[in-house]
Amino acid sequence: MTAAATNPEFHRGPQPDFDKFKPSRSSIQTRKYKDIAMRVLIYIAFLIALVPLVSVLWTCLAEGYKRLDGYFLSHNMVGVIGGMYPYGGILHAIIGTVEITFGAMVISIPIGLMCAVYLVEYAQKGPLSKTISLLVDVMSGIPSIVAGLFAFSLFTILLGPGTVNGFVGSVALSLLMIPTVVKTSEEMLKIVPSDLRECSYALGVTKQRTITKIVLRTALPGIVSGVILAIARVIGETAPLLIASGFIANTNFNLFSGRMTTLPVYVYNEYSQGLATCTPAALKLNPPCLPGIRMERAWAAALVLILIVLLLNIIGRIVAKVFSVEGTQK
Amino acid sequence: MGQRIDVNHLNVYYGDFLAVEDVNMKIEPNKVTAFIGPSGCGKSTVLRTLDRMHEIIPGAHVTGEVLLEGKNLYGPGVDPVAVRRDVGMVFQRPNPFPTMSIRENVLAGMKLNNRSVDKKDADELVEWALRGANLWDEVKDRLDNPGIGLSGGQQQRLCIARAVAVHPQVLLMDEPCSALDPISTLAVEDLINELKKDYTIVIVTHNMQQAARVSDYTAFFNLKEIGQPGHLVEMNETKVIFENPHEEDTERYISGRFG
Repeated sequence: MTAAATNPEFHRGPQPDFDKFKPSRSSIQTRKYKDIAMRVLIYIAFLIALVPLVSVLWTCLAEGYKRLDGYFLSHNMVGVIGGMYPYGGILHAIIGTVEITFGAMVISIPIGLMCAVYLVEYAQKGPLSKTISLLVDVMSGIPSIVAGLFAFSLFTILLGPGTVNGFVGSVALSLLMIPTVVKTSEEMLKIVPSDLRECSYALGVTKQRTITKIVLRTALPGIVSGVILAIARVIGETAPLLIASGFIANTNFNLFSGRMTTLPVYVYNEYSQGLATCTPAALKLNPPCLPGIRMERAWAAALVLILIVLLLNIIGRIVAKVFSVEGTQK
Repeated sequence: MGQRIDVNHLNVYYGDFLAVEDVNMKIEPNKVTAFIGPSGCGKSTVLRTLDRMHEIIPGAHVTGEVLLEGKNLYGPGVDPVAVRRDVGMVFQRPNPFPTMSIRENVLAGMKLNNRSVDKKDADELVEWALRGANLWDEVKDRLDNPGIGLSGGQQQRLCIARAVAVHPQVLLMDEPCSALDPISTLAVEDLINELKKDYTIVIVTHNMQQAARVSDYTAFFNLKEIGQPGHLVEMNETKVIFENPHEEDTERYISGRFG
Protein backbone atom coordinates (compact mmCIF):
# COMPACT_ATOMS: atom_id res chain seq x y z
CA MET A 1 0.00 0.00 0.00
CA THR A 2 2.58 2.48 1.17
CA ALA A 3 4.94 1.69 -1.62
CA ALA A 4 2.38 3.04 -4.05
CA ALA A 5 2.41 6.40 -2.25
CA THR A 6 6.01 7.03 -3.25
CA ASN A 7 7.02 7.20 -6.80
CA PRO A 8 9.34 4.27 -7.52
CA GLU A 9 10.98 6.36 -10.22
CA PHE A 10 12.44 8.67 -7.59
CA HIS A 11 12.82 6.22 -4.72
CA ARG A 12 14.89 3.45 -6.07
CA GLY A 13 16.25 2.45 -2.64
CA PRO A 14 14.41 0.74 0.22
CA GLN A 15 10.64 1.16 0.47
CA PRO A 16 9.82 1.82 4.14
CA ASP A 17 6.37 0.88 5.43
CA PHE A 18 5.10 4.22 6.72
CA ASP A 19 2.15 2.64 8.55
CA LYS A 20 4.61 1.36 11.11
CA PHE A 21 5.67 4.88 12.00
CA LYS A 22 2.18 6.18 12.71
CA PRO A 23 1.41 6.92 16.37
CA SER A 24 -1.07 4.40 17.74
CA ARG A 25 -4.29 5.49 19.42
CA SER A 26 -3.21 4.24 22.83
CA SER A 27 0.05 6.14 22.68
CA ILE A 28 -1.88 9.36 22.14
CA GLN A 29 -3.90 8.61 25.28
CA THR A 30 -0.80 7.76 27.34
CA ARG A 31 0.81 10.95 26.14
CA LYS A 32 -2.02 12.95 27.64
CA TYR A 33 -1.64 11.22 31.00
CA LYS A 34 2.10 11.68 30.89
CA ASP A 35 1.59 15.33 30.14
CA ILE A 36 -0.63 15.79 33.19
CA ALA A 37 1.73 13.80 35.42
CA MET A 38 4.74 15.80 34.32
CA ARG A 39 2.90 19.08 34.77
CA VAL A 40 2.04 18.16 38.35
CA LEU A 41 5.63 17.07 39.01
CA ILE A 42 7.05 20.29 37.62
CA TYR A 43 4.72 22.45 39.67
CA ILE A 44 5.63 20.50 42.81
CA ALA A 45 9.33 20.90 42.06
CA PHE A 46 8.80 24.60 41.58
CA LEU A 47 7.01 24.91 44.91
CA ILE A 48 9.71 22.92 46.69
CA ALA A 49 12.34 25.21 45.21
CA LEU A 50 10.35 28.17 46.45
CA VAL A 51 10.05 26.93 50.05
CA PRO A 52 13.60 27.65 51.24
CA LEU A 53 13.62 30.95 49.38
CA VAL A 54 10.50 32.23 51.05
CA SER A 55 11.54 30.76 54.37
CA VAL A 56 14.94 32.50 54.32
CA LEU A 57 13.38 35.81 53.41
CA TRP A 58 10.71 35.48 56.05
CA THR A 59 13.14 34.49 58.81
CA CYS A 60 15.45 37.38 57.95
CA LEU A 61 12.56 39.81 58.02
CA ALA A 62 11.03 38.43 61.20
CA GLU A 63 14.30 38.21 63.12
CA GLY A 64 16.01 41.18 61.56
CA TYR A 65 13.43 43.90 62.05
CA LYS A 66 13.78 43.83 65.86
CA ARG A 67 17.19 45.46 65.85
CA LEU A 68 16.90 47.35 62.56
CA ASP A 69 16.47 51.03 63.31
CA GLY A 70 18.16 54.35 62.68
CA TYR A 71 20.49 53.89 65.62
CA PHE A 72 21.60 50.47 64.39
CA LEU A 73 22.35 51.83 60.92
CA SER A 74 24.23 54.88 62.11
CA HIS A 75 26.54 53.50 64.82
CA ASN A 76 29.51 51.18 64.92
CA MET A 77 30.61 48.70 67.59
CA VAL A 78 33.02 50.94 69.51
CA GLY A 79 32.41 50.72 73.26
CA VAL A 80 29.89 47.91 72.97
CA ILE A 81 30.36 45.46 75.81
CA GLY A 82 28.38 42.23 76.01
CA GLY A 83 24.66 42.82 76.06
CA MET A 84 24.95 46.19 77.77
CA TYR A 85 23.73 49.48 76.41
CA PRO A 86 24.85 50.96 73.94
CA TYR A 87 23.70 48.16 71.71
CA GLY A 88 25.96 49.04 68.77
CA GLY A 89 25.32 49.07 65.04
CA ILE A 90 26.56 48.19 61.59
CA LEU A 91 27.53 51.51 60.03
CA HIS A 92 31.15 50.37 59.81
CA ALA A 93 30.13 47.06 58.20
CA ILE A 94 27.89 48.73 55.62
CA ILE A 95 30.71 51.09 54.68
CA GLY A 96 33.16 48.22 54.52
CA THR A 97 30.88 46.11 52.32
CA VAL A 98 30.10 48.98 49.96
CA GLU A 99 33.71 50.13 49.62
CA ILE A 100 35.25 46.68 49.26
CA THR A 101 32.62 45.56 46.74
CA PHE A 102 33.04 48.81 44.81
CA GLY A 103 36.80 48.22 44.79
CA ALA A 104 36.24 44.71 43.46
CA MET A 105 33.95 46.12 40.74
CA VAL A 106 36.52 48.71 39.69
CA ILE A 107 39.13 46.00 39.32
CA SER A 108 37.09 43.24 37.74
CA ILE A 109 34.67 44.98 35.37
CA PRO A 110 37.30 46.53 33.07
CA ILE A 111 39.47 43.41 33.12
CA GLY A 112 36.55 41.04 32.65
CA LEU A 113 34.93 43.12 29.92
CA MET A 114 38.15 43.61 27.97
CA CYS A 115 38.89 39.92 28.28
CA ALA A 116 35.45 39.13 26.85
CA VAL A 117 35.98 41.64 24.02
CA TYR A 118 39.30 40.00 23.23
CA LEU A 119 37.74 36.54 23.21
CA VAL A 120 34.80 37.49 20.99
CA GLU A 121 36.16 40.23 18.74
CA TYR A 122 39.86 39.54 18.38
CA ALA A 123 40.80 35.96 19.25
CA GLN A 124 40.64 33.61 16.31
CA LYS A 125 40.04 30.32 18.11
CA GLY A 126 43.78 29.94 18.50
CA PRO A 127 45.64 28.33 21.40
CA LEU A 128 45.74 31.63 23.30
CA SER A 129 41.96 32.09 23.36
CA LYS A 130 41.43 28.44 24.27
CA THR A 131 43.90 28.78 27.13
CA ILE A 132 42.18 31.92 28.37
CA SER A 133 38.77 30.26 28.22
CA LEU A 134 40.10 27.26 30.11
CA LEU A 135 41.72 29.45 32.77
CA VAL A 136 38.51 31.42 33.18
CA ASP A 137 36.61 28.17 33.68
CA VAL A 138 39.14 26.99 36.23
CA MET A 139 39.10 30.36 37.96
CA SER A 140 35.33 30.29 38.35
CA GLY A 141 35.77 27.13 40.39
CA ILE A 142 38.30 28.55 42.85
CA PRO A 143 37.03 28.19 46.43
CA SER A 144 36.60 31.65 47.87
CA ILE A 145 38.88 30.97 50.83
CA VAL A 146 41.70 30.27 48.38
CA ALA A 147 41.12 33.65 46.76
CA GLY A 148 41.34 35.26 50.20
CA LEU A 149 44.57 33.45 51.04
CA PHE A 150 45.99 34.34 47.63
CA ALA A 151 45.24 38.04 48.01
CA PHE A 152 46.64 38.02 51.53
CA SER A 153 49.88 36.33 50.45
CA LEU A 154 50.17 38.59 47.41
CA PHE A 155 50.05 41.70 49.56
CA THR A 156 52.36 40.10 52.10
CA ILE A 157 54.92 39.82 49.32
CA LEU A 158 54.23 43.27 47.91
CA LEU A 159 53.79 45.36 51.05
CA GLY A 160 55.19 43.24 53.84
CA PRO A 161 53.67 40.68 56.18
CA GLY A 162 50.36 41.30 57.88
CA THR A 163 48.98 43.69 55.31
CA VAL A 164 45.27 43.51 55.96
CA ASN A 165 42.98 46.21 54.60
CA GLY A 166 39.90 46.75 52.50
CA PHE A 167 41.76 46.75 49.22
CA VAL A 168 43.24 43.30 49.84
CA GLY A 169 39.63 42.18 50.25
CA SER A 170 38.70 43.89 46.98
CA VAL A 171 41.47 42.00 45.19
CA ALA A 172 40.30 38.72 46.69
CA LEU A 173 36.70 39.40 45.63
CA SER A 174 37.74 40.48 42.14
CA LEU A 175 39.39 37.08 41.67
CA LEU A 176 35.97 35.57 42.24
CA MET A 177 34.17 38.17 40.15
CA ILE A 178 36.32 38.25 37.01
CA PRO A 179 35.35 34.78 35.71
CA THR A 180 31.65 35.55 36.08
CA VAL A 181 32.03 38.90 34.33
CA VAL A 182 34.06 37.34 31.50
CA LYS A 183 31.62 34.48 31.03
CA THR A 184 28.42 36.51 30.98
CA SER A 185 29.89 39.35 28.91
CA GLU A 186 31.28 36.84 26.42
CA GLU A 187 27.86 35.26 26.01
CA MET A 188 26.23 38.67 25.61
CA LEU A 189 28.78 39.83 23.02
CA LYS A 190 28.38 36.59 21.10
CA ILE A 191 24.66 37.09 20.60
CA VAL A 192 25.13 40.51 19.04
CA PRO A 193 24.36 39.72 15.38
CA SER A 194 27.44 39.82 13.16
CA ASP A 195 25.27 41.71 10.64
CA LEU A 196 25.54 44.77 12.85
CA ARG A 197 29.33 44.60 12.94
CA GLU A 198 29.50 44.12 9.18
CA CYS A 199 27.22 46.98 8.41
CA SER A 200 29.10 49.24 10.79
CA TYR A 201 32.34 48.35 9.02
CA ALA A 202 30.62 48.95 5.69
CA LEU A 203 29.85 52.50 6.80
CA GLY A 204 33.57 53.09 7.14
CA VAL A 205 33.56 52.85 10.93
CA THR A 206 36.75 51.71 12.61
CA LYS A 207 36.91 48.48 14.56
CA GLN A 208 37.40 50.30 17.85
CA ARG A 209 34.30 52.43 17.38
CA THR A 210 32.30 49.49 16.08
CA ILE A 211 33.09 47.59 19.26
CA THR A 212 32.43 50.46 21.64
CA LYS A 213 29.45 52.07 19.93
CA ILE A 214 27.67 49.12 18.36
CA VAL A 215 28.70 45.83 19.94
CA LEU A 216 29.09 46.90 23.56
CA ARG A 217 26.12 49.24 23.31
CA THR A 218 23.86 46.52 21.95
CA ALA A 219 25.06 44.04 24.56
CA LEU A 220 24.91 46.55 27.42
CA PRO A 221 21.66 45.42 29.12
CA GLY A 222 22.90 41.84 29.25
CA ILE A 223 26.33 42.86 30.47
CA VAL A 224 24.78 44.93 33.26
CA SER A 225 22.68 41.96 34.40
CA GLY A 226 25.77 39.77 34.34
CA VAL A 227 27.78 42.24 36.40
CA ILE A 228 24.99 42.53 38.95
CA LEU A 229 24.92 38.75 39.25
CA ALA A 230 28.67 38.73 39.76
CA ILE A 231 28.39 41.39 42.47
CA ALA A 232 25.59 39.52 44.19
CA ARG A 233 27.84 36.48 44.16
CA VAL A 234 30.74 38.20 45.94
CA ILE A 235 28.97 40.65 48.22
CA GLY A 236 28.04 37.85 50.59
CA GLU A 237 31.52 36.35 50.74
CA THR A 238 32.77 35.88 54.29
CA ALA A 239 35.82 33.65 54.32
CA PRO A 240 38.15 35.60 52.01
CA LEU A 241 37.31 38.89 53.70
CA LEU A 242 37.92 37.45 57.14
CA ILE A 243 41.48 36.76 55.98
CA ALA A 244 42.06 39.75 53.74
CA SER A 245 40.24 42.59 55.45
CA GLY A 246 39.92 41.42 59.01
CA PHE A 247 37.47 42.63 61.61
CA ILE A 248 37.32 45.85 63.54
CA ALA A 249 34.79 47.66 65.71
CA ASN A 250 35.22 51.21 64.49
CA THR A 251 34.26 52.86 61.23
CA ASN A 252 37.08 52.89 58.69
CA PHE A 253 36.47 54.91 55.55
CA ASN A 254 39.92 54.30 54.07
CA LEU A 255 39.89 51.33 51.71
CA PHE A 256 43.67 51.28 51.53
CA SER A 257 44.64 51.32 55.15
CA GLY A 258 43.50 49.51 58.25
CA ARG A 259 41.12 46.65 58.81
CA MET A 260 37.57 46.84 57.55
CA THR A 261 34.49 44.98 58.68
CA THR A 262 31.99 43.82 56.10
CA LEU A 263 28.41 42.70 56.71
CA PRO A 264 28.94 38.95 56.25
CA VAL A 265 32.01 39.01 58.51
CA TYR A 266 30.02 41.01 61.03
CA VAL A 267 27.21 38.48 60.93
CA TYR A 268 29.64 35.63 61.42
CA ASN A 269 31.40 37.40 64.24
CA GLU A 270 28.21 38.23 66.11
CA TYR A 271 26.89 34.70 65.71
CA SER A 272 30.15 33.10 66.83
CA GLN A 273 30.14 34.94 70.15
CA GLY A 274 26.82 33.43 71.18
CA LEU A 275 24.77 34.65 74.14
CA ALA A 276 25.87 37.62 76.16
CA THR A 277 26.19 37.11 79.91
CA CYS A 278 24.02 39.48 81.87
CA THR A 279 24.13 39.72 85.66
CA PRO A 280 20.68 39.84 87.30
CA ALA A 281 21.41 43.45 88.23
CA ALA A 282 22.26 44.35 84.63
CA LEU A 283 18.96 42.83 83.42
CA LYS A 284 17.09 45.38 85.50
CA LEU A 285 18.98 48.39 84.16
CA ASN A 286 17.26 50.86 81.88
CA PRO A 287 17.97 50.21 79.07
CA PRO A 288 18.55 46.62 80.12
CA CYS A 289 21.28 44.15 79.29
CA LEU A 290 20.02 41.87 76.48
CA PRO A 291 21.40 38.31 76.46
CA GLY A 292 20.23 37.60 72.90
CA ILE A 293 21.49 40.86 71.44
CA ARG A 294 24.20 39.28 69.31
CA MET A 295 21.83 37.09 67.34
CA GLU A 296 19.49 40.02 66.90
CA ARG A 297 22.34 42.08 65.47
CA ALA A 298 23.39 39.20 63.22
CA TRP A 299 19.89 38.87 61.78
CA ALA A 300 19.49 42.58 61.31
CA ALA A 301 22.85 42.79 59.51
CA ALA A 302 21.82 39.84 57.32
CA LEU A 303 18.60 41.64 56.46
CA VAL A 304 20.55 44.76 55.51
CA LEU A 305 22.81 42.65 53.29
CA ILE A 306 19.78 41.20 51.52
CA LEU A 307 18.36 44.68 51.08
CA ILE A 308 21.62 45.91 49.56
CA VAL A 309 21.61 43.05 47.04
CA LEU A 310 17.97 43.78 46.29
CA LEU A 311 18.78 47.44 45.73
CA LEU A 312 21.61 46.48 43.37
CA ASN A 313 19.22 44.26 41.45
CA ILE A 314 16.71 47.06 41.11
CA ILE A 315 19.39 49.49 39.92
CA GLY A 316 20.57 46.87 37.43
CA ARG A 317 17.07 46.37 36.13
CA ILE A 318 16.55 50.08 35.70
CA VAL A 319 19.85 50.45 33.84
CA ALA A 320 19.00 47.48 31.64
CA LYS A 321 15.57 48.98 30.96
CA VAL A 322 16.92 52.41 30.08
CA PHE A 323 19.49 50.98 27.67
CA SER A 324 17.30 48.15 26.46
CA VAL A 325 17.31 47.19 22.82
CA GLU A 326 13.88 48.04 21.49
CA GLY A 327 11.83 45.23 20.10
CA THR A 328 13.76 42.37 21.69
CA GLN A 329 12.68 40.34 24.67
CA LYS A 330 15.08 41.58 27.28
CA MET B 1 28.73 61.47 -9.16
CA GLY B 2 29.48 57.81 -9.41
CA GLN B 3 32.93 56.53 -10.11
CA ARG B 4 34.10 53.81 -12.44
CA ILE B 5 35.64 50.60 -11.18
CA ASP B 6 38.14 48.49 -13.08
CA VAL B 7 38.87 45.03 -11.81
CA ASN B 8 42.08 43.52 -13.18
CA HIS B 9 43.17 39.91 -12.70
CA LEU B 10 41.44 39.62 -9.34
CA ASN B 11 41.89 36.35 -7.44
CA VAL B 12 40.15 35.98 -4.10
CA TYR B 13 41.43 33.55 -1.50
CA TYR B 14 39.99 32.33 1.77
CA GLY B 15 43.21 31.22 3.42
CA ASP B 16 44.79 28.90 0.85
CA PHE B 17 41.51 28.21 -0.89
CA LEU B 18 41.11 30.04 -4.18
CA ALA B 19 37.45 31.09 -4.19
CA VAL B 20 37.28 33.22 -7.32
CA GLU B 21 39.75 33.15 -10.17
CA ASP B 22 40.97 35.86 -12.50
CA VAL B 23 38.11 38.33 -12.68
CA ASN B 24 38.46 41.18 -15.16
CA MET B 25 35.65 43.67 -15.54
CA LYS B 26 34.83 47.29 -16.03
CA ILE B 27 31.98 48.73 -13.99
CA GLU B 28 30.66 51.87 -15.63
CA PRO B 29 29.93 54.98 -13.58
CA ASN B 30 26.30 55.89 -12.92
CA LYS B 31 25.09 52.58 -14.23
CA VAL B 32 23.61 49.60 -12.47
CA THR B 33 25.68 46.46 -12.84
CA ALA B 34 24.10 43.18 -11.76
CA PHE B 35 26.03 40.09 -10.70
CA ILE B 36 24.12 36.88 -11.34
CA GLY B 37 25.04 33.25 -11.03
CA PRO B 38 24.32 30.12 -8.99
CA SER B 39 24.92 30.01 -5.24
CA GLY B 40 28.52 29.63 -4.21
CA CYS B 41 29.96 30.92 -7.47
CA GLY B 42 31.63 33.86 -5.76
CA LYS B 43 29.52 36.80 -6.86
CA SER B 44 29.02 38.06 -3.31
CA THR B 45 32.70 37.45 -2.65
CA VAL B 46 33.66 39.60 -5.63
CA LEU B 47 31.19 42.26 -4.53
CA ARG B 48 32.79 42.35 -1.11
CA THR B 49 36.26 42.78 -2.54
CA LEU B 50 35.06 46.06 -4.07
CA ASP B 51 34.97 47.65 -0.61
CA ARG B 52 37.40 45.27 1.11
CA MET B 53 34.63 43.86 3.30
CA HIS B 54 35.92 40.34 2.71
CA GLU B 55 38.88 41.19 4.94
CA ILE B 56 36.63 40.84 7.99
CA ILE B 57 36.90 37.09 7.51
CA PRO B 58 40.29 36.03 8.86
CA GLY B 59 42.58 34.74 6.13
CA ALA B 60 40.66 36.26 3.23
CA HIS B 61 42.89 38.11 0.80
CA VAL B 62 43.12 39.00 -2.87
CA THR B 63 45.70 39.33 -5.59
CA GLY B 64 45.26 41.60 -8.57
CA GLU B 65 43.87 45.08 -8.45
CA VAL B 66 40.61 46.96 -8.11
CA LEU B 67 40.83 50.48 -9.46
CA LEU B 68 38.32 53.03 -8.25
CA GLU B 69 38.59 55.91 -10.69
CA GLY B 70 42.16 54.77 -11.42
CA LYS B 71 43.19 54.45 -7.75
CA ASN B 72 44.04 50.94 -6.61
CA LEU B 73 41.99 49.97 -3.53
CA TYR B 74 44.65 47.40 -2.68
CA GLY B 75 47.60 49.74 -3.19
CA PRO B 76 50.12 50.13 -0.38
CA GLY B 77 49.01 52.51 2.33
CA VAL B 78 45.33 52.38 1.40
CA ASP B 79 43.20 52.23 4.53
CA PRO B 80 40.30 49.78 4.21
CA VAL B 81 38.24 51.98 6.53
CA ALA B 82 38.66 54.89 4.10
CA VAL B 83 37.73 52.64 1.17
CA ARG B 84 34.46 51.76 2.85
CA ARG B 85 33.59 55.43 3.19
CA ASP B 86 33.85 55.81 -0.59
CA VAL B 87 32.10 52.56 -1.36
CA GLY B 88 28.90 51.97 0.56
CA MET B 89 27.18 48.65 1.04
CA VAL B 90 23.66 47.39 1.62
CA PHE B 91 23.16 43.86 2.88
CA GLN B 92 20.78 41.03 2.22
CA ARG B 93 18.90 41.29 5.47
CA PRO B 94 17.72 44.72 6.59
CA ASN B 95 19.80 45.46 9.66
CA PRO B 96 19.16 48.85 11.23
CA PHE B 97 21.08 49.31 14.47
CA PRO B 98 18.60 48.10 17.12
CA THR B 99 19.72 50.60 19.74
CA MET B 100 19.11 53.60 17.51
CA SER B 101 16.14 55.60 16.33
CA ILE B 102 15.40 56.15 12.64
CA ARG B 103 17.18 59.47 12.76
CA GLU B 104 20.20 58.07 14.60
CA ASN B 105 20.40 55.21 12.13
CA VAL B 106 20.68 57.61 9.22
CA LEU B 107 23.32 59.61 11.06
CA ALA B 108 25.16 56.48 12.23
CA GLY B 109 27.92 56.76 9.66
CA MET B 110 28.65 60.32 10.71
CA LYS B 111 28.20 59.85 14.43
CA LEU B 112 30.16 56.63 14.68
CA ASN B 113 33.05 58.22 12.82
CA ASN B 114 32.96 60.84 15.54
CA ARG B 115 32.35 63.70 13.21
CA SER B 116 30.45 66.28 15.17
CA VAL B 117 27.56 67.71 13.20
CA ASP B 118 25.33 70.44 14.49
CA LYS B 119 21.63 69.84 14.66
CA LYS B 120 20.62 71.87 11.62
CA ASP B 121 23.12 70.14 9.34
CA ALA B 122 22.13 66.80 10.82
CA ASP B 123 18.44 67.50 10.16
CA GLU B 124 19.23 68.40 6.57
CA LEU B 125 21.29 65.28 6.10
CA VAL B 126 18.57 63.07 7.59
CA GLU B 127 15.92 64.53 5.32
CA TRP B 128 18.17 64.39 2.27
CA ALA B 129 19.13 60.76 2.87
CA LEU B 130 15.61 59.64 3.70
CA ARG B 131 14.20 61.43 0.67
CA GLY B 132 16.97 59.83 -1.37
CA ALA B 133 15.88 56.45 -0.08
CA ASN B 134 12.24 57.21 -0.81
CA LEU B 135 11.33 56.85 2.84
CA TRP B 136 10.92 60.43 4.04
CA ASP B 137 7.17 60.73 3.65
CA GLU B 138 6.59 57.48 5.50
CA VAL B 139 8.72 58.25 8.55
CA LYS B 140 9.02 62.02 8.83
CA ASP B 141 6.64 62.15 11.80
CA ARG B 142 8.38 59.44 13.78
CA LEU B 143 12.07 59.98 13.29
CA ASP B 144 12.74 59.27 16.95
CA ASN B 145 11.08 55.88 16.90
CA PRO B 146 13.36 52.85 16.84
CA GLY B 147 14.55 51.85 13.38
CA ILE B 148 13.66 48.22 13.86
CA GLY B 149 10.02 49.13 14.39
CA LEU B 150 9.63 49.66 10.64
CA SER B 151 8.46 47.03 8.19
CA GLY B 152 11.05 44.94 6.37
CA GLY B 153 10.94 46.99 3.19
CA GLN B 154 11.10 50.24 5.11
CA GLN B 155 14.02 48.91 7.12
CA GLN B 156 15.89 48.06 3.95
CA ARG B 157 15.29 51.55 2.58
CA LEU B 158 16.45 52.92 5.93
CA CYS B 159 19.64 50.90 5.47
CA ILE B 160 20.02 52.42 2.01
CA ALA B 161 19.51 55.88 3.51
CA ARG B 162 22.13 55.08 6.10
CA ALA B 163 24.54 53.96 3.40
CA VAL B 164 24.01 57.04 1.21
CA ALA B 165 24.28 59.39 4.19
CA VAL B 166 28.05 58.88 4.29
CA HIS B 167 27.97 60.08 0.69
CA PRO B 168 29.81 57.26 -1.05
CA GLN B 169 30.68 57.21 -4.76
CA VAL B 170 29.67 53.62 -5.26
CA LEU B 171 26.84 51.62 -3.72
CA LEU B 172 27.14 47.85 -3.45
CA MET B 173 24.02 45.82 -2.80
CA ASP B 174 24.18 42.20 -1.76
CA GLU B 175 20.79 40.69 -2.64
CA PRO B 176 18.99 43.72 -1.22
CA CYS B 177 15.50 42.42 -2.00
CA SER B 178 15.75 38.73 -1.21
CA ALA B 179 14.22 39.20 2.24
CA LEU B 180 11.46 41.52 1.03
CA ASP B 181 7.94 41.05 -0.29
CA PRO B 182 7.19 41.98 -3.94
CA ILE B 183 5.82 45.44 -3.14
CA SER B 184 8.82 46.40 -1.03
CA THR B 185 11.03 44.92 -3.74
CA LEU B 186 9.41 47.19 -6.26
CA ALA B 187 10.01 50.20 -4.01
CA VAL B 188 13.67 49.31 -3.67
CA GLU B 189 14.02 48.70 -7.41
CA ASP B 190 12.49 52.10 -8.16
CA LEU B 191 14.93 53.55 -5.70
CA ILE B 192 17.86 51.86 -7.44
CA ASN B 193 16.81 53.52 -10.69
CA GLU B 194 16.81 56.90 -8.95
CA LEU B 195 20.08 56.32 -7.15
CA LYS B 196 22.05 55.55 -10.28
CA LYS B 197 21.96 59.23 -11.19
CA ASP B 198 24.28 59.85 -8.26
CA TYR B 199 26.04 56.58 -7.66
CA THR B 200 27.62 53.69 -9.44
CA ILE B 201 25.58 50.71 -8.34
CA VAL B 202 26.57 47.07 -8.21
CA ILE B 203 23.88 44.62 -7.21
CA VAL B 204 24.06 40.91 -6.54
CA THR B 205 20.80 39.13 -7.20
CA HIS B 206 19.40 35.65 -7.53
CA ASN B 207 16.37 37.00 -9.25
CA MET B 208 16.99 37.19 -12.97
CA GLN B 209 13.88 39.23 -13.66
CA GLN B 210 15.22 41.73 -11.19
CA ALA B 211 18.58 41.82 -12.93
CA ALA B 212 16.79 42.34 -16.24
CA ARG B 213 14.59 45.09 -14.77
CA VAL B 214 17.11 47.20 -12.90
CA SER B 215 20.53 46.71 -14.43
CA ASP B 216 22.31 48.25 -17.39
CA TYR B 217 25.11 45.69 -17.36
CA THR B 218 25.07 42.12 -16.19
CA ALA B 219 27.95 39.89 -15.16
CA PHE B 220 27.41 36.15 -15.04
CA PHE B 221 29.55 34.15 -12.62
CA ASN B 222 29.78 30.39 -12.51
CA LEU B 223 31.78 27.53 -11.08
CA LYS B 224 33.78 25.59 -13.61
CA GLU B 225 33.04 22.49 -11.60
CA ILE B 226 32.13 21.60 -8.03
CA GLY B 227 35.17 22.34 -5.86
CA GLN B 228 36.73 24.54 -8.53
CA PRO B 229 37.01 28.29 -8.05
CA GLY B 230 34.30 30.56 -9.40
CA HIS B 231 35.00 32.77 -12.37
CA LEU B 232 33.41 35.45 -14.45
CA VAL B 233 31.84 33.80 -17.49
CA GLU B 234 30.55 36.79 -19.32
CA MET B 235 29.83 40.43 -18.81
CA ASN B 236 27.92 42.64 -21.18
CA GLU B 237 24.99 44.95 -21.52
CA THR B 238 22.00 43.43 -19.79
CA LYS B 239 20.07 43.30 -23.05
CA VAL B 240 22.81 41.31 -24.73
CA ILE B 241 23.17 38.92 -21.80
CA PHE B 242 19.48 38.17 -21.65
CA GLU B 243 18.71 38.16 -25.36
CA ASN B 244 21.83 37.11 -27.12
CA PRO B 245 24.52 35.82 -24.74
CA HIS B 246 27.85 34.88 -26.28
CA GLU B 247 28.53 31.97 -23.97
CA GLU B 248 26.51 28.81 -23.94
CA ASP B 249 26.72 28.54 -20.12
CA THR B 250 25.11 31.95 -19.80
CA GLU B 251 22.29 31.03 -22.08
CA ARG B 252 21.64 27.80 -20.23
CA TYR B 253 21.55 29.64 -16.90
CA ILE B 254 19.35 32.46 -18.17
CA SER B 255 16.84 30.14 -19.74
CA GLY B 256 16.72 27.95 -16.65
CA ARG B 257 18.25 24.91 -18.36
CA PHE B 258 21.08 24.84 -15.91
CA GLY B 259 22.81 21.78 -14.49
